[in-house]
Amino acid sequence: MQSFLTKRAISSGVSLLLLIVAVFFLSRLTGDPTDLYLPVDASAEARENFRELHGLNDPLIVQFGHYVADLVRLDFGESIRRARPALEVVIEAFVWTFQLAVITMAIVSAAAVSLGALAAFHVGGAFDRIATFFSLIGASAPDFWIAIVAIVVFAVGFGWVPTSGTGTVWHWILPIGVLFIRPFGLILQVVRGSMISALGSAYVKTARAKGVTPKKTIFVHALRNAMLPVITVIGDQAAALLNGAVIVETIFGFPGVGKLMIDSILQRDFSVVLAAIMVTALAIFLMNILIDLAYAALDPRIRY
Amino acid sequence: MTETQTEAVPKTKEPGKFITILRLLWADKVATTAAIFVLIVIGCAILGPILLDGVATKANLRGRNAPPFDLSKGFLMILGGDQLGRPLLARIIVASGNTIAVATGAVVASMIVGSSLGLIAGYSRGRLGQVIPRLADVIMSFPSLLLAVIVLYMLAPSVGNIVLVLAITRIPIYLRTTRAEVLEIRERMFVQAAQVMGASTGRIIFRHIMPMILPTLLTIATLDFAFVMLAESSLSFLGIGIQPPEITWGLMVAQGRPYLTSAWWLSFWPGLAIILTTLSLNLLSNWMRVALDPTQRWRLEIGGKKNG
Repeated sequence: MQSFLTKRAISSGVSLLLLIVAVFFLSRLTGDPTDLYLPVDASAEARENFRELHGLNDPLIVQFGHYVADLVRLDFGESIRRARPALEVVIEAFVWTFQLAVITMAIVSAAAVSLGALAAFHVGGAFDRIATFFSLIGASAPDFWIAIVAIVVFAVGFGWVPTSGTGTVWHWILPIGVLFIRPFGLILQVVRGSMISALGSAYVKTARAKGVTPKKTIFVHALRNAMLPVITVIGDQAAALLNGAVIVETIFGFPGVGKLMIDSILQRDFSVVLAAIMVTALAIFLMNILIDLAYAALDPRIRY
Repeated sequence: MTETQTEAVPKTKEPGKFITILRLLWADKVATTAAIFVLIVIGCAILGPILLDGVATKANLRGRNAPPFDLSKGFLMILGGDQLGRPLLARIIVASGNTIAVATGAVVASMIVGSSLGLIAGYSRGRLGQVIPRLADVIMSFPSLLLAVIVLYMLAPSVGNIVLVLAITRIPIYLRTTRAEVLEIRERMFVQAAQVMGASTGRIIFRHIMPMILPTLLTIATLDFAFVMLAESSLSFLGIGIQPPEITWGLMVAQGRPYLTSAWWLSFWPGLAIILTTLSLNLLSNWMRVALDPTQRWRLEIGGKKNG
């Protein structure tokens, strides 16, 4: 277990390091923040002061050195835009994204696993059709379009829910509903496929032959074994959500980390971008560890 | 079997193969509909910008946000007018040009680069075979939307740069698939036979291995086409994709957003165009998976006979 964790941490750390280096230099190629933050007629002196204040005068490589040196002391730099520590800004946004991801994935997993198992039990039946329909829509419909149509129908038309923002429980319904569709269809397909092959296996036949009830056969014998590939997909989808649902967050004015990242790139707020990448990468790393532990819990043959 | 026949007499067998494919397609009515729709979209993409460009850019302030299904302003206004009174139907048809061009460019580029790298990685037993898959891992570990935003902000969002960004993020898919298939196929008897008979590496790869993996690649490419279209739409929607006055479907959805409450059709129709096209591509890819797989094809052949 110990060596497994170390190995994982090292390989994730290396790719994170590559990502940070790439983003650090690429993002600085997008331009000078001075032009963005100071008025067009700002004096040369004011520009010089601004550059000096944010350390933009040094050569890129020196800036990178400073950044890494600060990073070692767990100092993630300042947000130029908000004049606050970048880490603080990012964590504030990440909490929103985290809640959204956890709630969405909990609903999606529960719905997809139960419906997928039922779909596999009656191939061609009603649940199977629902499964196919949702996975096709999920794979085909752009989420921004679904979000817009949902706003027009449910927020403007019926007036059931607010159009955007946060505050009440009602504000969560549309974002979760829109985020639900794609992972739901995808996971449902995987559950279905995996269950169909599990139901055809010898141990399920044995269970049936010895008179186990159909319900127990599906949910205890077949489902547990069929869950391994499903957990992989759930992990992938959860990782995508933790990275920030940029489109959905933008449309619904949700103050999550995806929107923060895009905005910060457009505002050349480099330390926030980098801090956001590191925070989400850490979250995804921890989640992958959890997924691996779930593997071991489901399949006693897997040991780390 | 068809492979050997076409090799022997390529000229005369060609129509036969084409008709076989049509028959397999006809056996699946949903896929037939999807194929016809995709053909119409491609037709619009090629002819639309040439025929309708004038109509689609001509502002008519009297028709601002004109409601759909009103034929009094002419047939082109059947889907309504946009915020400047330009007919939405004409604009959707013209926008299909850019949408399809970007997706085609990205898919073709990533398929060629990805599958070539995959062929090399799978066939060479040296260091290249180990380095190239790592390249795919590195690309895949980058959050693709973030990378796209940075690169497009840096390089200015032109059609070429969008194709480049999308192509790079899709390379790993083809690379991994091709490599996995080549690793398996190169151990098969017919490849060994070709090696023993002294065929050159190029001949083995292009005459013996390539035809075996092409169906898989085409199926993935069809699916990927839909994915790339959605990605381009998202970028254009966020305002970092194609820039006005050029139009794509994603950009049209974004442009209609401010008028959402008063004129829903501005965003609705282009979005519907995206959905129908990606849906058709997904259905077509499902059909291809069956039709191009010799062990699955009988399902369609039986269905075909039953239907006529």
